[in-house]
Amino acid sequence: MIKINRISKSFADKTILKDISGEFDKGKTNLIIGSSGTGKSVLLKCIVGLLQPDTGNVFYDLRNFTEADKDMKSEIRREIGMLFQGGALFDSKNVEDNVMFPLTILTKMSSEEKIERVNFCLQRVGLEGVNKKMPSEISGGMKKRVGIARAIVNNPNYLFCDEPNSGLDPQTSVVIDELIMEITHEFDITTIVVTHDMNSVMGIGEKIMFLNKGENMWEGTNHEIMNSGLQELDDFVFTNKVMKNLKSGTF
Amino acid sequence: MKGFGRYMMFLGSMFVRRETFITYYHLTLEECIQIGIKSILLFMLVSTFMGAVTTLQTAANLVSPFVPKFVISQVVREMTVLELAPTIMAIIYAGKVGSSMSGGLGTMRITEQIDALEVMGINSASYLVLPKIVASLMMFPLLVIVAAVCSMIGGYLAGTLTEILTPTEYIYGIRYSFNEYFITFALIKSFVFAFLISSISSFRGYYTQGGALEVGISSTQAVTTSIIAVLLADYFLAYLLL
Repeated sequence: MIKINRISKSFADKTILKDISGEFDKGKTNLIIGSSGTGKSVLLKCIVGLLQPDTGNVFYDLRNFTEADKDMKSEIRREIGMLFQGGALFDSKNVEDNVMFPLTILTKMSSEEKIERVNFCLQRVGLEGVNKKMPSEISGGMKKRVGIARAIVNNPNYLFCDEPNSGLDPQTSVVIDELIMEITHEFDITTIVVTHDMNSVMGIGEKIMFLNKGENMWEGTNHEIMNSGLQELDDFVFTNKVMKNLKSGTF
Repeated sequence: MKGFGRYMMFLGSMFVRRETFITYYHLTLEECIQIGIKSILLFMLVSTFMGAVTTLQTAANLVSPFVPKFVISQVVREMTVLELAPTIMAIIYAGKVGSSMSGGLGTMRITEQIDALEVMGINSASYLVLPKIVASLMMFPLLVIVAAVCSMIGGYLAGTLTEILTPTEYIYGIRYSFNEYFITFALIKSFVFAFLISSISSFRGYYTQGGALEVGISSTQAVTTSIIAVLLADYFLAYLLL
């Protein structure tokens, strides 16, 4: 479980996050949603420690990450897997070496054990026989899968996904979403997904936090989101005619 | 001053939360191949022509019959060892290797590869930059030595093939009144230049923000700043050590 307590973050004079608190449950896909520029990615970066919040704390299973010393931070970070928006695969390494990288750096596994684990993870994300391909030789969807494989290779307790569907076609997006959800349940990890994709929200939003103008405006599930009664959330969810008609019952 | 302070903090950050020695060993070897071995042909080519041109131009200016011919190769030697091999090669090194370092790190920054390392608990500055600096400190002095030798060979070929001076005169001039300290001086310069170019270029690339355009700007700034730093260091080292 990850808990955030009164997180605020500003850049120069601009306040991005205002006093955000919330909990992200273990074994569930927790979504942070909101329009572009509402601070979703900044919040995610504060949670994983890529940005230091101005105020507030982040707790990983009751361990205060924000105020932890360097050793404790390193220990927690080694329990984290992250899928970046563009995959963030290392250009100079092939698929196998990319997935193997956390094991090489963070563990003392033998080469055979590492290869076995890499093959298992690649198989788990539906990628076999691409071990020796370079990132430039595979598609956007495959890059995301490799990114997921790299994120889970070290058996993380926490998985973060920053806009996993960006740049993907709707079918591939659903496949990636389902993969994230399956992995979350299978390995019982705390997953946080930042997205503004409504298909993801409806498909895998077991717990949703809605951000608007840097504030946590609403929390609930994908079943509750249609009837939230919150104007800002309705504006976000029912953007196109089809969704508006669905809401008004004229579809 | 703010930029300089940030640069110093960047250098300091490389020595905390380091990885294992074997990790750096492999990375440094890779960098040596990337920045050293792959640059050697360019260095040999440039320095050979540099020596050849220096010979021809010196010969063109030494028109007095009272000046012996071997002075031409003596001038080539002094110019090569003291200035052309370390300093001009440093400028070429900044253009080729410095821009590549900056561009590579800049691209890693904007594609979140550096963030990926940080999330894994790896000190990205130490992991990515320290091997580049160490490899530069190892390879650039060697490249300077190769360049100096090639420059003198270039001068020999240009001088003897155009019959400006005989092989004996050229070799006599190269050996005449040789001061070994100048080699030491050239190597000290090459170490300083290697450190400046690799660290400044890495610094520029590491803190790139934005997109592809900014990566290009960072590379240009890396080369410009490195060259200015090399020229300033060249002046101060000459002032202090000669």
